[in-house]
Amino acid sequence: MAVDHRPLLQVEDLKVQFRLPTGILPAVDGIGFTLDRRETLGVVGESGSGKTVSSLALLRLLETPPAEISAGSVLFEGRDLLGLSETEISDVRGRSIAMIFQEPMTSLNPVMTVGYQIDEALMRHYGIPRREARARTLELLTLVGIPSPERNIDGYPHQLSGGMRQRVMIALALSCEPKILVADEPTTALDVTIQAQILDLMVGLQEKFDTSILLITHDLAVIAETAHRVAVMYAGRIVEAAPVATIFGAPRHPYTQGLLRSIPRIHRQRLDVLAEIPGGVPDLTRLPPGCAFAPRCPRADAHCRQERPMPVAVAPDHVVSCWKANDG
Amino acid sequence: MAEVLLETRGLKTHFPIRAGLLSRAVGKVHAVDGVDLKVHAGEALGLVGESGCGKTTTGKTILKLIEPTEGEIRFEGEDITHHSARQMAPLRRRMQIVFQDPFSSLNPRLTVGDILGAPYEIHGIATGSDKNDRVARLLRLVGLMPEAMRRYPHEFSGGQRQRIGIARALALEPKLIIGDEPVSALDVSIQAQIINLLKRIQGEFGLTYILISHNLSVVSHVCDVVAVMYLGQVVEIAPRDALYFDPKHPYTEALLSAVPMPEPGRKRARVLLKGDVPSPVRPPQGCRFHPRCPKAMARCATVAPQLKPVGERHSVACHLHS
Repeated sequence: MAVDHRPLLQVEDLKVQFRLPTGILPAVDGIGFTLDRRETLGVVGESGSGKTVSSLALLRLLETPPAEISAGSVLFEGRDLLGLSETEISDVRGRSIAMIFQEPMTSLNPVMTVGYQIDEALMRHYGIPRREARARTLELLTLVGIPSPERNIDGYPHQLSGGMRQRVMIALALSCEPKILVADEPTTALDVTIQAQILDLMVGLQEKFDTSILLITHDLAVIAETAHRVAVMYAGRIVEAAPVATIFGAPRHPYTQGLLRSIPRIHRQRLDVLAEIPGGVPDLTRLPPGCAFAPRCPRADAHCRQERPMPVAVAPDHVVSCWKANDG
Repeated sequence: MAEVLLETRGLKTHFPIRAGLLSRAVGKVHAVDGVDLKVHAGEALGLVGESGCGKTTTGKTILKLIEPTEGEIRFEGEDITHHSARQMAPLRRRMQIVFQDPFSSLNPRLTVGDILGAPYEIHGIATGSDKNDRVARLLRLVGLMPEAMRRYPHEFSGGQRQRIGIARALALEPKLIIGDEPVSALDVSIQAQIINLLKRIQGEFGLTYILISHNLSVVSHVCDVVAVMYLGQVVEIAPRDALYFDPKHPYTEALLSAVPMPEPGRKRARVLLKGDVPSPVRPPQGCRFHPRCPKAMARCATVAPQLKPVGERHSVACHLHS
């Protein structure tokens, strides 16, 4: 039998738009990427780049209307998730693809103990009795590093700190041994010392369970430390995608280059002035006809302002959407 | 050395916790619990630490937006600890604050011209066209067009609103500006613009800054001196280079090692702290950091270490260095 070389998840030409009274907002405008087994793909972008909307679209978690998936396919284990019935997609969510969010308090039920919530997920997915589920819940809480799990299993979400709640969310997400974990800004609300603990935990669990991770964040440093490959989004499109070392070592898109130069870093030699990207993030309802980054781009010319660049492979695993990508 | 513009001695701010039918105080949050700071004129002091460490309360207490419980605050040599609101009024011109959230700190019903003109009217400095000229100058100073005057805050992006917030702080030509996480709510590509703006106006007007931030990288770009806070107390204070490249306190070391770096493949020795920050209602006995400290000794559980000098303007509160 031939070995299956297809990626675990394959997204093609995904388009999501919001119908607003003021017009149509193209939040995600034809993105494509793949996620392999045991791989972490970092999706990085600023507010309005479409990174969160894309991840919600994969799991069909967007409210329709106003949101509408207008094109594309999301292939997972040979099926297009966009064509599944509500029952089928709900089975995929949780069992095969789990999600964790920035603020765990809003995703946990405040009136149920954390143990009860994990028990329920296990009972529903495996059809096991509560007693059996409870033993597994205790194992999971221990695994994600909840201190005195025997006691905290009967605690309510508000009794836990932010870092502990995120650990509970991870335990809940892992309860059904998903193949893919979608993590949307999982550490953004946490302090740096707690962020380090959670990132460490995620990497450890990935190795243990062979989970693939789709990590969505605005924080390039978090990406640098956890992702294997990176997709940089700007105004609803992926402008550059490459292995993490290439993105940070030899970026080709002027936006990626500008972002990397503008992050403050702790260096002995203090810079007098940080490099800036002029201007601001564009209004998606009034995008220019050409490249969306052209108004802020130091290399833009008339061509860039008139015609949108398409993704071009500049190396086998390095795709850039820029007319100037080969200009050095 | 430049004069000391601001000084706090043994500053404490406690919040009572009330409960029961009669709202009796049943305990207190030790938000700020004995902070000594000296800020020299023209200098930028960074106040860093994790949530709940008391850095924001320290800033607000210095401005007397919150009343201190104990200790002393001196501004330009004058003891302002017990100043009434009326006594503070003339001082407010010289000490200003820039907030984190540019979306909630500007009145949405006023035009930018009204917002920036208000300080001149309140302090009786300028009205009419003189006021408008001053507002136009302020806007240009922070990189906005004078036409912005006629528009409302919601018409601006986050970065532009933060520029307006900075313009408002600058209106009365203050000596001291306290920035409470001024770039934390901004997109990465906009943060650099605002950091550069803050540095440029500091040079131009000889401003003194207290920059409150959880982001150690941002602080490393702006500040000359950095104080690290933990559970209401300063555990280490040092010039920028010494703090970042020769930290003495185990908490500072752990905090720095936890900062993620945008450099893939660089594996660093990371000090992973166990557990969470304890509650400031009942801070631990002895050194407040000892339950999480990888280097804790027997003495740390019983005796609270005092801030002791270990170098040029470098002090640390840790038994390893006393």
